[in-house]
Amino acid sequence: MRAMRTYFALALSDVRSQMQHRASFVLQTIGNFVASLMDALGIAALFASFGALQGWSLYEVAVLYGIVNLSFALAEALGRGFGEFARVIREGNFDRLLLRPRATLFQVLASRLEVSRLGRLLQGAGMLALGLAGLPEPLHLWQGLLLAVCVLGGVLLFLGLLLLQASACFWTLESLEVFNILTYGGIQAAAYPLDIYKKWLRDFFLYIVPLGSLNYLPSAVLFGKDLPFPVWSAYLAPLAGAAFLALGILAWRAGVRRYRSSGS
Amino acid sequence: MQEIIRAEDLRVRFIVRKRRASLFAPREKAVVEALRGVSFSVNAGEIVGYLGPNGAGKSTTVKCLSGILTPTSGTATVFSRVPWQERVAHVRKIGVVFGQRTQLWWDLPVQDSFDLLCDIYDLDKRAYAQTCRELVECMDIGDLLRTPVRQLSLGQRMRCDLVASLLHRPRILFLDEPTIGLDAVSKLSLRAFIRDLNREQGVTVLLTTHDMDDVEALCRRVLLIGRGRLLLDGSLDDLRRLAGGKRVCRAQVRKADFPLPPGAALRSRRGEEAEIEFDPETLAADQLVLHLARTAGLRDVQIQPPSLDETMAALYRQMGEVEG
Repeated sequence: MRAMRTYFALALSDVRSQMQHRASFVLQTIGNFVASLMDALGIAALFASFGALQGWSLYEVAVLYGIVNLSFALAEALGRGFGEFARVIREGNFDRLLLRPRATLFQVLASRLEVSRLGRLLQGAGMLALGLAGLPEPLHLWQGLLLAVCVLGGVLLFLGLLLLQASACFWTLESLEVFNILTYGGIQAAAYPLDIYKKWLRDFFLYIVPLGSLNYLPSAVLFGKDLPFPVWSAYLAPLAGAAFLALGILAWRAGVRRYRSSGS
Repeated sequence: MQEIIRAEDLRVRFIVRKRRASLFAPREKAVVEALRGVSFSVNAGEIVGYLGPNGAGKSTTVKCLSGILTPTSGTATVFSRVPWQERVAHVRKIGVVFGQRTQLWWDLPVQDSFDLLCDIYDLDKRAYAQTCRELVECMDIGDLLRTPVRQLSLGQRMRCDLVASLLHRPRILFLDEPTIGLDAVSKLSLRAFIRDLNREQGVTVLLTTHDMDDVEALCRRVLLIGRGRLLLDGSLDDLRRLAGGKRVCRAQVRKADFPLPPGAALRSRRGEEAEIEFDPETLAADQLVLHLARTAGLRDVQIQPPSLDETMAALYRQMGEVEG
C-alpha cells in the first residue's frame, strides 16, 4: 500500500515534468505511434501480396504483433528509468538513491513513467483488437484470459531485459546497445510466427529470450496450429516472463553490491 | 557523553582499471588505498570538522558512514547500527547534504520535492507539515517553494537542499562541502543555521569542507586526514601546533631594508607593510619586536597566528614531504 502510494507520487511527478514540455511530449507520442504503425503497414503489405505466412493468416499475425507491441509499450512506459539508467550512473546520481530509505530498484522504477509510449500502446492494442475481431471464431473467455496473461508475461520479460541492460551499467558505465538488438530486434522477430525462422533463431526466442513463449506459443495453441509441444506448455509459457524478470532482479542485486563495494 | 558515531580501522581499497594502451594490451589495474585504517568516535551534540586535501579520503569516509559504501575491512557503527549492513533503516536516521550535487528533483518546484521526500520517508503528514513550515521559515525560502529547482541560484538551492535533508528530523547531519561556491551572504546564513541547529536541537554534525572560515565558525573539534590516515584528532589550536605553530607579524616599518634575526623570515613587503613569519619556539615575540624597533624603524605592529588557510597549506606541504 505504502509502496503503491509512493510509486504514484513519484511517477506522477515525472509525468508532470514531462507535461512541462508539452510540444515535445505530443511530438514524441505521435512519433512513437507512427514508427510502430510503419511496422504494422509492413505486415499488411506482406500479406497483400502473399495472402498467408506458413499457414498463418493476417489476423492471426496481427494478434502476435499486438501482444508483443502492447507488452513492450507497457514495459517501456513503466521501465523507462532502467532504459536511462546509464546516465544516473555516469553522473554519479546513484548515491542519492542509496541515501533514501527505499529499495534502489523501486526508486529507479518509480522515477520514470513515460507517457509518450502511449503511441505504441494504442497501436499494439489496436492491432490486437483488429486481429481478434478478424478470427473466424470468437475466443472463449478463458482464451482471452490466456492472452491477457501473455501480455502481462511480456511486460515482465521486457522489464527483465531493461533491468539486465541497466544492471550491466554497474560494470560498463555505459548503456550496452547490444540489448537494443534483443528488445527492438525481438519485437520485429516475434511479430511473425516463429515457424518462418531457422531452428536456431526459433530456439533463441523460445528458450533464451523467451519472447516467442509469450505470443507465438499460446497463439499457436489457440489457433490450432501444429506444434512440437504439448498443449499445456502454452499455459505455462507466460511464466517465462516472470522467470526472466527474476533473472534481471538478480543481476541488479549483483550490480548494486558491486557498486557499493567499489564506490563507482 | 553519548557516543553515536564510531569508526574502527576503516579500510577501503579500490581497484581502478586503466584504459588499455592499445587494443591488444592487457588491461592494467591499479589499487588505490582510499582509507588505510581510520578510527574515531563522535559524541552526540558535537560539530566535527573533517579536513584534508583533495583525495585524502574524506568523501570515502562519509560514504561509509552514510551506508552507501561497504569498506574493504574495519567496521563502523552509527546509532549502534552498521550503516552498510542496514542501509534502509540507517538512512532514515541521518541527513546528508552534498554541496556539489542536489538531492532535489531538477524539474519540479521545491515544494513538490519536499512532498515527495515526505512520501519516500513515509513521514506523518501533520508532523511533516509542521517541520516543513519551521525549516522554510528558518532558512527563509518561502518565496522559492513554487520555483523549479533548475531555476534556483546555487545559494538558494543549497538552502533548499539543507531543508530537504532535515525534513525527517535526523539526529545526525553529514555535510560535504555545503558552502562550496556560495556568496558571502549565503555562507553566513548557512553557518548560522547549522550552528543553531546544533545548539538548539542538539543535532550532531560531521562537516567536510575546504573553507576554513566554516571550520573556525562552527567546529571546536577537527579530524585531519591525509592519504587515507587520520593525522590529528583535536582542537583548532592542536591543528595550528601540528602545522608548526608559526606566528605572523605584520609590521609597519620605515626602512626599506633591514636584517632579520634567526627564526624569522620575511614573507612579503608592500610599501611600509612587511609580513614576517616567525617561530615562537626559537624567537620570542618581544625579541622580534625589539629587533624591528631597533633596526627597521617600527611604526606599528600586529602579531597573529597564521590564518587557518595558511595553517592547512603548511600542513598539506608537510604531508607531501612526509609521505610523498
